[in-house]
Amino acid sequence: MVGNNGMKKFATLTFFLLPSLLGMLTFVIIPIVSSFVLSFTKWDLIGDLEWVGFNNYIRVLNDPIIKDALKHTLMFIVGYVPSVLIIALGLALVMNKRLKGIVVFRALYFIPVVSSWVAVSMIWKWLLNPEFGIINYLLSLIGIIGPGWLHDPSWAMPGIVLTSVWKDIGFIMVIYLAGLQEIPDIYYEAAEVDGVNKWQRFKNITWPLLAPTTFFVVTISLINSFQVFDQVWIMTGGGPAGSTSVLVEQIYKNAFRYYKMGYASAISWVLFAIIFIVTIIQNKLQKKWVNYEE
Amino acid sequence: MKNRSDIKKIIFYIVLVLGSVVMILPFLWMLSTSLKTSDATMLLPPEWIPKNITFENFVEVTETMPMGKFFMNSIFVAIVSTFFQVIVCAMAGYAFARIDFKGREVLFYIYLGTLMVPSQVTLTPLFIIMRSFGWINTYKALILPGIFSAFGTFLMRQFFKGIPKSLEEAAFIDGAGYISIFFRIILPLAKPVLATLWVFGFMASWNNYLWPLIITSDASHMTLPLGLASLQGRWTTDWNVLMAGTLISIVPIVFVYVFTQKYIIKGMTHTGLK
Repeated sequence: MVGNNGMKKFATLTFFLLPSLLGMLTFVIIPIVSSFVLSFTKWDLIGDLEWVGFNNYIRVLNDPIIKDALKHTLMFIVGYVPSVLIIALGLALVMNKRLKGIVVFRALYFIPVVSSWVAVSMIWKWLLNPEFGIINYLLSLIGIIGPGWLHDPSWAMPGIVLTSVWKDIGFIMVIYLAGLQEIPDIYYEAAEVDGVNKWQRFKNITWPLLAPTTFFVVTISLINSFQVFDQVWIMTGGGPAGSTSVLVEQIYKNAFRYYKMGYASAISWVLFAIIFIVTIIQNKLQKKWVNYEE
Repeated sequence: MKNRSDIKKIIFYIVLVLGSVVMILPFLWMLSTSLKTSDATMLLPPEWIPKNITFENFVEVTETMPMGKFFMNSIFVAIVSTFFQVIVCAMAGYAFARIDFKGREVLFYIYLGTLMVPSQVTLTPLFIIMRSFGWINTYKALILPGIFSAFGTFLMRQFFKGIPKSLEEAAFIDGAGYISIFFRIILPLAKPVLATLWVFGFMASWNNYLWPLIITSDASHMTLPLGLASLQGRWTTDWNVLMAGTLISIVPIVFVYVFTQKYIIKGMTHTGLK
């Protein structure tokens, strides 16, 4: 009887879990493990696999191209994360006023979010065209001679940042809006009775109670920014003169242009380590600064 | 007092409208450019509404590039992979939520652990695995890796854990097994979560660029983002044709979005924070 039951349970479990387990093993878990193993080897897909120990990692840490890629990735983050957060929070605060037609605005701000990175990158490449693009035309109307944007090594990254901020504002805004709507009205009513002014209300009620949302948003935008690739690859391909070369672009190039599978894997694990450390620091800070409601 | 709050309201609306203009203008500019002749794209000051409206660009881009094929590929890959993703995640999520078995917690933590690893890490081995299967330039390679989602499994598990057990217990007493309970009772209850997962999966698949870029090289298996990117090589400076192609790629997803807005916003606010 017990054995029979056991068999039945095993069959049920197999039915529910096996498809997922097989797939996760083949397409996620085994690739993760193999990638780690590969990162200690040298392999060009054709010849023999050669064990090189920590050489790839030593090379990654000393490779000036990777250092530049990391520098550009950090430049992207410094430009992108604060801008997208501040603009999205500002818009969310306005949207939270319960005005008529909010649903329409929210829907409009979200269209860039659902559009593909490839499409958005194409559109912005055209908008940022130095000669006939609309951005430089609008700048010329107020007497500014627009830069060469994606053709100019010092302006290409700002162009990519601008595009990314534009695409993601709606996404971050909706998350902030959800956070704002969870703050109970009672706090504001009490503040009104006490005659507290707007700025103090924001500083003492909204901002602290929004802290969990802010931490969440900062964490995901940081993680996503470290993985920036699509827009870079479409808009500049890492150029001009390598000025927008980023980490994932280096992984892609090393693996699928130069066929350095081991080296590419090592870069990807360095990327993992960076993201991992950033996430841990974030969590530590969160525990220290964020007060969750009991 | 009333007056002051009216003024405030007007200011808020101005901010929102200005923001919307910034959000929408690039799309309008794409539309406007796609209806222009080549010469008209190089006019200064630019024409906001083209004097000579032409549909030639759409003809040109669809005739030289198999845009229809790209489109069908994207639809096919997105629908098949999200269909299986939703089913597989729901089944696994149910097992993690309800069926006791040895090593359940460990296995679940392994699933969760994979979420921390950025997808770029698995790129090279996945490519090598696909190559060894002889799956380069196949639909299998485009579809299969998208089906298995630790995030989706986690989402479903959380949802199933929230369903009171009493619902199933009654059915157990009637002699029903897990499988029939799952399909008859649990799955219908999960419709909103399934829809959320489906929408997210659809958008991710539809917009995916890096994986198709690696795994496909011939036009017959290219998805829309990849095909769109390849237009750049052919029409480097013909922005009217490029914008026509971009427009074709954007319309369907915006359409899906309009009809599924509710689930997207709900899904984002629920999965995001809890």
